[in-house]
Amino acid sequence: MIQQRSKKGAVTAVIACAVLLAAVILLENISLLLPAGSVPNVLKPTSQLFAVLKKGAVYSLAAVSMNLLNGFTGLFSLGQAGFMLLGAYTYAILSVPVADRAAVYYLYGGSAVNFSFQDMFGTIFGTEGVGGAVSLGLGVAVAMVLAGCVAAVFAYFIGLPVLRLKSDYLAIATLGFAEIIKAVFQWQALGPVTNGANMIKNFPTFSSFNITGADGTVILRLSTFFPFLVSMICIAAICLLINSTYGRAFKAIREDETAAEAMGINLAKHKMLSFCTSAFFAGVSGAMFAMFVTNAQAKVYTTTMTYEILLIVVIGGIGSISGSVMATFLYVACSEWWLRFLDNVTVINGVQLPFLRAGFRMVVFSVVIMIVVLFFRRGIMGDKELPDLFKKRARKEGTGK
Amino acid sequence: MSGSILNVENVTMQFGGVVAVDNLNLEINEGEIVALIGPNGAGKTTAFNVVTGVYQPTNGRVSFLGETIVENHPQGKMKKLYKGEHAGEYSHVLAPTPDRITKLGMARTFQNIRLWKSQSVFDNVLIAMHCRTHTNFLAASLRLNHKEEQEQRDRVAELLQTVGLYDVKDEPATSLPYGKQRRLEIARALATDPKLLLLDEPAAGMNPQETNELTAFIGQIRKDFGMTVFLIEHHMDLVMDISDRIYVLDFGKLIAHGTPEEIQNNNRVIDAYLGVAEDA
Repeated sequence: MIQQRSKKGAVTAVIACAVLLAAVILLENISLLLPAGSVPNVLKPTSQLFAVLKKGAVYSLAAVSMNLLNGFTGLFSLGQAGFMLLGAYTYAILSVPVADRAAVYYLYGGSAVNFSFQDMFGTIFGTEGVGGAVSLGLGVAVAMVLAGCVAAVFAYFIGLPVLRLKSDYLAIATLGFAEIIKAVFQWQALGPVTNGANMIKNFPTFSSFNITGADGTVILRLSTFFPFLVSMICIAAICLLINSTYGRAFKAIREDETAAEAMGINLAKHKMLSFCTSAFFAGVSGAMFAMFVTNAQAKVYTTTMTYEILLIVVIGGIGSISGSVMATFLYVACSEWWLRFLDNVTVINGVQLPFLRAGFRMVVFSVVIMIVVLFFRRGIMGDKELPDLFKKRARKEGTGK
Repeated sequence: MSGSILNVENVTMQFGGVVAVDNLNLEINEGEIVALIGPNGAGKTTAFNVVTGVYQPTNGRVSFLGETIVENHPQGKMKKLYKGEHAGEYSHVLAPTPDRITKLGMARTFQNIRLWKSQSVFDNVLIAMHCRTHTNFLAASLRLNHKEEQEQRDRVAELLQTVGLYDVKDEPATSLPYGKQRRLEIARALATDPKLLLLDEPAAGMNPQETNELTAFIGQIRKDFGMTVFLIEHHMDLVMDISDRIYVLDFGKLIAHGTPEEIQNNNRVIDAYLGVAEDA
């Protein structure tokens, strides 16, 4: 019939993702291709650009997973940082090499979990060369999936009582649970597992994915490529979910719960589904965040982090995945990179510019955010996606309809 | 006409000390169009909400297709407060959520339109078919259900053509004129594959022409889908025109039931609700 859905959109999306990934690889390897002296500062591996790209990739997954819950299912939850913490710790605990455990957990006389996936796969595939790369990849992948699963399981049990609440009450309850999780992970009694309030480190990070030659020099950089790849896969999965029959049911719940229930949509089941899926991807992004900052420490996953992600979701547009992703990169670039010059005391012609000193960046940043929120009331994208914009233009130009 | 499809037995719905529906008994047979009428505040919508699982009745039983779907008896504080009859007759408690009742084959519309506003006409109907999907959410996310999905989309297109909304299928639901929104709400209810359709004031706020169209439409639904219809309505033209039988509620109590002619000539109904022409 006429309702045949075109495959064109999906093909375009896959091509766009592939092009983006290729661009990322190229961008971070330019410094290796060019002669050493002629590399511009911005393309050097230590440049802020790559920190922004990595953090952006991590945060965009966190933002999209929050958007799945807040934007698409209409459940105003503020537990994001808590689920990211669960993911980060699960990943860290399962990934620290056995050899390093005594050093990391020195306060507790070694770790209670003497096991890591990388070591386990190392015994199968070897630890050197290609075998080493395979065991690293598999170890990280399995630990990340488990990080998501642990977050999802916790979400299930938290969801049982909490999802009966609505709007603000749900937000307060999830916020509370996130704080409880944070406190529990800092508890001394759990030290042998969580390392108490100290950080867990020495696990594989993004730079572990750089391919090095025998003499230790980097042959191919993949440290920015890896978070992009993982985020892209996860966001694609969320997109597929949102456009499936379950995603449509989520949107129905967002728009009118009573009508959704009367049309046979089981509210409890679908809310739980959305909550757990969101927590799963928050857990994965938490694992990546731990890799980004190269350690896992509970005190980092504060309510402020949740608000940061919420802010990104709101700026991007509640109910728009592409909006969330774009807003993430803009937000991270603004807060970490573009406004840096405001923090430096600058002297022009012997006159010191007023206000410019450490911390002023955040003042300007807040003003920028306020302006964005004032002029884009529904976020950058509203509830539209990137392809929708092209579609509209095509229709205007084409049939004049 | 074959057997009864919906059976409401001694249903009482009491909110605190207020008895909204008092000892209601009604029966709907397959293929019938039955109307529930009565003055404002008589408890018509409450009765609907009890049948569809939105409220749990204080006492009584509702059976659908011969199976008990809702049952309750006064419990706790209600034991003392209960003012109705048949208090000791029911012992089970059965209170399914509305979605489970919809899955059994009972779909409803709302008094004030409750469409999913930002969704397109097509999606509104498509979402309603979600309750009949068999795939789990992983399979659905991975598009392993494309056959089922395509089948659903074809059915939506077919349904929209039947109800005459196919040409506006891509419009957002709220951009439709009022009469068409009502029509869409009914189409959405039909998409859940019901055996019994409950319409809560389908003609509310409609002008005479729209009402006539709706009357024809309900008749068409009965013919095309073999649907049993149970409706609440204030437009007497519509009610008298299409109903096979009518139940009349007043202050929560059933005061009459019968064919449209019987109701029109029933003195109690005339006093309570219909009234007489001033010059008579």
